[in-house]
Amino acid sequence: MNPILIALIVLGGIGLLLALVLFFTAKSFKVEEDPRIGQVQEVLPGANCGGCGYPGCRGFAETCVKSESLEGLLCPVGGNEVMKKVGDILGMAAADAAPKVAVVRCQGSCEHRPKLTQFDGARTCAVAAALYGGETGCSYGCLGMGDCVEACTFGALSVNPETGLPEVDEEKCTSCGACVKACPKGLIELRNKGPKSRRIYVSCRNKDKGPAAKKACEVACIGCGKCQKVCTFDAITMEANLAYIDHNKCRMCRKCVEECPQGSIIELNFPPRKPKAETPATPATPETTATPASPVAEAPTAE
Amino acid sequence: MRTFRMGGIHPPECKLGAGKPISVMPLPKQGCVLLSQHIGAPAQPVVERGAMVKTGQLLAKAGGFVSANIHSPFTGKVAKIADVVDASGYPKPAIFIDVQDDEWEEGIDLTETLVRECKLEPKEIVQKIADAGIVGMGGACFPTQVKLTPPPGKVADILIINGVECEPYLTADHRLMVEKAQEIVVGIRLLMKALNVKKAVIGIESNKPDAIEILSHQTIPYPEIEVMPLQMHYPQGGEKQLIDAVTRRQVKSGGLPVDVGAVVQNVGTVYAVYEAVQKNKPLIERVVSVTGKSLKQPVNVKARIGTPISSLIDAAGGLPENGAKVISGGPMMGKALANIDAPVAKGTSGVLIIDEAEALRRPVSDCIRCAKCVDACPMGLEPYLLSALSERQLWDRTEKENIMDCIECGCCTFTCPANRPLLDYIRIGKGKTGALIRARKAK
Amino acid sequence: MTMDKKLIVSMSPHIHGDDSIHKNMYRVILALVPAFLCSIWFFGWHALVTTAIAIVSCMGFEYLITRYIFKRPSTLKDCSAMLTGLLLAFNVPADLPWWIVVIGSIFAIGVVKMSFGGLGNNIFNPALAGRVFLLVSFPQQMTTWPALAHSADAVTGATPLALIKAGNFAELPSHLEMFLGNVPGSMGEVAALALLIGVIYLLCTKTITWHIPVSILATVFIFSGILYLCDSTVYADPLTHLLSGGLMLGACFMATDYVTSPMSHKGQLIYGAGIGILTVLIRCYGSYPEGMSFAILIMNAVTPLINVYCKPKRFGEVKK
Repeated sequence: MNPILIALIVLGGIGLLLALVLFFTAKSFKVEEDPRIGQVQEVLPGANCGGCGYPGCRGFAETCVKSESLEGLLCPVGGNEVMKKVGDILGMAAADAAPKVAVVRCQGSCEHRPKLTQFDGARTCAVAAALYGGETGCSYGCLGMGDCVEACTFGALSVNPETGLPEVDEEKCTSCGACVKACPKGLIELRNKGPKSRRIYVSCRNKDKGPAAKKACEVACIGCGKCQKVCTFDAITMEANLAYIDHNKCRMCRKCVEECPQGSIIELNFPPRKPKAETPATPATPETTATPASPVAEAPTAE
Repeated sequence: MRTFRMGGIHPPECKLGAGKPISVMPLPKQGCVLLSQHIGAPAQPVVERGAMVKTGQLLAKAGGFVSANIHSPFTGKVAKIADVVDASGYPKPAIFIDVQDDEWEEGIDLTETLVRECKLEPKEIVQKIADAGIVGMGGACFPTQVKLTPPPGKVADILIINGVECEPYLTADHRLMVEKAQEIVVGIRLLMKALNVKKAVIGIESNKPDAIEILSHQTIPYPEIEVMPLQMHYPQGGEKQLIDAVTRRQVKSGGLPVDVGAVVQNVGTVYAVYEAVQKNKPLIERVVSVTGKSLKQPVNVKARIGTPISSLIDAAGGLPENGAKVISGGPMMGKALANIDAPVAKGTSGVLIIDEAEALRRPVSDCIRCAKCVDACPMGLEPYLLSALSERQLWDRTEKENIMDCIECGCCTFTCPANRPLLDYIRIGKGKTGALIRARKAK
Repeated sequence: MTMDKKLIVSMSPHIHGDDSIHKNMYRVILALVPAFLCSIWFFGWHALVTTAIAIVSCMGFEYLITRYIFKRPSTLKDCSAMLTGLLLAFNVPADLPWWIVVIGSIFAIGVVKMSFGGLGNNIFNPALAGRVFLLVSFPQQMTTWPALAHSADAVTGATPLALIKAGNFAELPSHLEMFLGNVPGSMGEVAALALLIGVIYLLCTKTITWHIPVSILATVFIFSGILYLCDSTVYADPLTHLLSGGLMLGACFMATDYVTSPMSHKGQLIYGAGIGILTVLIRCYGSYPEGMSFAILIMNAVTPLINVYCKPKRFGEVKK
């Protein structure tokens, strides 16, 4: 027989056989998958940051498709816009969630909080926190070694070399929550971004009693409770010598900011106040940069 | 001479205070007694602010099975119950006492006479030890009565007394063995009775020939107690290492010493047991070596628990000009203090001042994979790998690589030629992995 | 008591051994000095010049790369570049043209070492990879051996391994001559005695452990011995294998490179045995007369795998 013919038959035969094997394997091992999972994944940002609480964007897409409503499901990076698209694909209404942003609740800069010891070792907050309370007298405050900066995949955090504290770039922050998990002191919180990015929060986590807290840091919350008394919306709670403002109840009246004797409560992105007789005008910070260490709240009204 | 069979290092000895007899520290003006000086639940205070207490009176009751009583080391008024930054680096609750006098509770025998006989039953001995609030005084601070109560089904056949003191600089146990040999031998016999074991071995490293000689002499009438000189080898004072050195038995990963029939007690603990059982004296004072290359006079002092560490340093000539780091414990496993007014606790075996020249770590470079840490690890782990995995937060892999076996002895960091902070990261990894394992078990 | 100065706080341990990377490198360099002196004795000033070129170019390239590409502080202080240069010189003929040595240095430092991130991150031994690169790029120059300065017949010679490959057993030098190094070959590999002195120094200072050199030498001895017993007309005797070519240098100084060898003792034994078997296989059945370099590089590549499967013996795993 013609050798070319033999080669053709043999190769063709092998090809056919393998094709059959492939065909049947594909049939019998086929994974049934909802095509909508792929569609949902398409509209997600694809950052795989885990901010939603699921393993990557694919995991989130699967959860969205499987669940019966989109309540409680939020892609913090994409926000309401993306969730609306997801809702359109799945034919469900997406819950409108308030946009959030990370805030660093410590203003213990080098100036406010003198260093008492010198840390030596692997320069991460995790190691320092496992070792001791920190270089300053406050064992609740920021260690300043930037574990949060490392954790942020969006480049939204940076340590200000002057204050030694991390700062959040609101534009870049997607409120994925990676920094919240990374901070061993639990200083970072995701708070409502607020109308026009205006926010008020207690920028301190010190649970020591007043005198001890004050000794360690000039701007520490001393747990005096004045803010709680002045608040008319019941938004402020006191626990373990520390005030906390509930961002869902706060109406941004700014009374507490004025009342705080320590300047621990911070207001961000508000227009300047009308100058009162003796109160110096607070420096305006209309820009969208968060500067927790700015002396905004230093206005000494309690005196 | 025997030693343990895996890893280990030979750091310079620096036993500066080996020849200094134990002196007694004067009482401080104010003492501060921590409520958590042991592993386990903190003790619950039984005195109120303003109460008058006598020396030896119960201040706080054990807060659980694994916990220990705390007695007042001073006579005076309870000034406050507040937080103080202790050796852990974090504020911890403590009872502050304004010291007025030194009036002891009734029934405590303060004489020096040696009491050999003991007619108590084993259970009564253990109860007396528990009442006196005795914990492991080598530094781990595990409540002693728990160690003397093996879990059901497990029987100890040998009592090992840890007189190794393998940490450089420290000399407290050494002095105690030299000066209180008779009492220690009585203490050993009490513990043997409590545990119902027929054999006891005192392990002592060969750099303490005087202690070996005195104890050998004192144990001549008791053939069941053997003094075993051991090679100098860090971390021989580690429980598992010491058992391996003395008995050639190795405790399995996650196991207890009693699994191989051994119970280990530190000589300091043995002395405290003697005082508690024979003299009714609770654990309110301990021997502390105050040492350091630049200290004027390194000393061994008997200090009341709750004395500020700063006053111990003053007794040794004050903090020297070039002292840059104050450590509670030895240089290998001790904790650097952020607050030198932190009080002496039951586990404070030494106060060490490190000079500026040695205090800072050297510059770190990349791992060169020389495997010296692997050779040095006494637990047969791979420190370079554990450290790298912890740095990258791969907690499932750290668990598979047995990070929980690490005894944090510091041999890896000590040997690393690239000066890498291996143990820093391994500790973080251990903490996280342990938390994950506990969370999984709780489910 | 007030604190007027900041106390330093760090995790334990608070003391550190006096070991460091550059001390280890110094010790290896010191251990190579006897072999270096021997090579000057045998090959004259050529050896000195080649070594100088290799060391200077290796250090120069490392400096330039750290300075202008990594933009990091120079890593010359750890002496690893100097060691790479020295070892590279040891692995080439003493009278190799200078530009070939420089090319070898670029490859060793630039490609094999620095492109992976510098000391500690490279997969292959830089000096050996440089040597193999030169061997395949310049086979002519790399296998022309200079005449020995103190030899009776001052002609370009063939190495013992080349003689074996050619089946020319009659002209093989005596074992004693090979032991002392009075044979043609790469400049640093010939003097087995000098290399042994060096490795004994390294073992005494605990710079290396015995596992790798001993396992390589033992495997080569046993494997080539078996072949010799099977047919002594085709295969050389085991002692000749041990003393010839780059085996001593490779077993004692190249295979024991920290970065590219396994971490556990068990792994090191496997790694050494692998090198031994591959070397003899290449020598006896390959087309190259010498297989040490290839064997080590192949086992370098296997090292990560060995590290995964060979764990050190854990405490408590011992049988009572």
